[in-house]
Amino acid sequence: MKASTPKSNAARRQFLFDSARMACGVGLLGLGLGLYAKQSKALPALALRPPGALPEDDFLGACIRCGLCVRDCPYDTLALAKPETPVATGTPYFTARKIPCEMCEDIPCIKACPTGALDHGLTDINQAKMGVAVLIDHETCLNFLGLRCDVCYRVCPVIDKAITLDIQSNQRTGRHAMFLPTVHSEHCTGCGKCEQACVLQEAAIRVLPPALAKGELGAHYQLGWEEQKKAGHSLIDESKMLDLPDRMPEGTKLPGHYDPASGMTAPARDLPANESLAIPSLPPGLGGKP
Amino acid sequence: MSDKRIGAEAVAEKGWLKAHRWLILRRLTQIGILALFLLGPLAGIWIVKGNLNYSYTLDFLPLTDPFVALQAALAGHLPETLGAIGLAIVVAFYLLLGGRVYCSWVCPVNMVTDAAGWLRGRLGIKGSAHIARATRYWMLGMVLLGSALTGVVLWELINPVSMLHRGLIFGIGAAWTVVLAVFLFDLFVMSRGWCGHLCPVGAFYSLLGRWSPVRVAAPARQACNDCMDCFEVCPEPQVIRPALKGEGQGVGPVILAANCTNCGRCIDVCSKDVFAFGLRFNNPVSTVPQAPPAADRSANI
Repeated sequence: MKASTPKSNAARRQFLFDSARMACGVGLLGLGLGLYAKQSKALPALALRPPGALPEDDFLGACIRCGLCVRDCPYDTLALAKPETPVATGTPYFTARKIPCEMCEDIPCIKACPTGALDHGLTDINQAKMGVAVLIDHETCLNFLGLRCDVCYRVCPVIDKAITLDIQSNQRTGRHAMFLPTVHSEHCTGCGKCEQACVLQEAAIRVLPPALAKGELGAHYQLGWEEQKKAGHSLIDESKMLDLPDRMPEGTKLPGHYDPASGMTAPARDLPANESLAIPSLPPGLGGKP
Repeated sequence: MSDKRIGAEAVAEKGWLKAHRWLILRRLTQIGILALFLLGPLAGIWIVKGNLNYSYTLDFLPLTDPFVALQAALAGHLPETLGAIGLAIVVAFYLLLGGRVYCSWVCPVNMVTDAAGWLRGRLGIKGSAHIARATRYWMLGMVLLGSALTGVVLWELINPVSMLHRGLIFGIGAAWTVVLAVFLFDLFVMSRGWCGHLCPVGAFYSLLGRWSPVRVAAPARQACNDCMDCFEVCPEPQVIRPALKGEGQGVGPVILAANCTNCGRCIDVCSKDVFAFGLRFNNPVSTVPQAPPAADRSANI
């Protein structure tokens, strides 16, 4: 410092001011861009990524927006987002209602990807998780109305695994059955064929991102019946089990309902009388033996 | 309107064709590359698939943009095999030919900003916002740091280069508004504003080609008649002075500045044929024919 002349002082000041000017100006732009990047991670629920796509957070860092997956998709399912699309510009997506994924066995879109944005480790398309179908509207689904539409069930490439028909009696007519399309998320790939095929004006079944579609039990939850299967016996002392009344809503009658604490015992369900007497507190299904 | 057209002397001296040789070659290259990309979607002839970020030619040649790959790497993602091979090819290419060859021979935005620059001259627009040309390196730093911090390939969110190129191939959407904005910015706000001051893609490529051997040089600088046409036509005029006017300071005739785009327009517009493409190694301190060794004032080789 002691050797600095007025001239070098002025030069240093100028340098510092110039640097500050640049840092502030460009930093301002960077801040805007960073916030925009944050926003861009919010993928709209109905925009689906190609099979094998990394979680959205990682995908935007891995995808280099080349469009090779779009080019190698034989069904023109995929498109690159335009600047006005609410999907990060240049990234591939598809809309199930328009063109669903046909689940090619060789998965050409993944093979074409030059980065790991589409996971090259995914070789079985049935393991894909583009989303999860959800029968989102029980009020308009024709099967819920008692009709036999079944279209979503029939077009499902993983029929009888990803979508099954759950047979229930039609309470409204009292004499018909309802075949309720039921999605099993562990088998659903999120291809979107059900959503595309839904005959309603607006689809009653829609493919949503897994994070939106799925609930999650806390890690501390244990399913008694699963644990019992694993252990080979009940994990608790069933003889000390206490049965509480089921507290049905007022006026509800459920024929054959087993609820010993309210006096609804085995004989009412035509079970052998000795069973209910031997273990009066054990509901059927827990299957413990006295 | 400007009273004197840039390169008029060269046209008179060498003929129109010779005075536009490199410009024509450059436009043919730019349009040719774009045409190769467009042949697939427009005519169904699939020679090249993809876009400038990554392309795959004849199911054989992968080419990866190193700037995009670098942003992805900073965001935590490395390319797969083909992507990595393509990256090596492109890096080697620009290391040899000059990084900003990308800007003047490949980038589609170059035609937009050149058009803006040309129109600016024709309309005689003089005023220009002033910021340092080094701003682009700050932009580059911001984009790289931002990619690392956000985990997103940051510049691709708004990059006009890929928006235009991808837009032409995959559907332009509203991307034309961004391209128009760059054009108008260069035309009315800042002379050579985008490519010459702000674009971090160009900044990246300038660093990539920092030591490239292929260079424009002024081997016949003794013949310079100070018409200033090369300075007028050059998109990065600051790179010319040391090479053209450095005889007295012991600076060789090769343009070594990283931001020379090797566009060759100076070669075109010089009526005295001062400039030529050459190699950086062929850079004698003095270009005076049979001149005595450079003055003992330490030559800076």
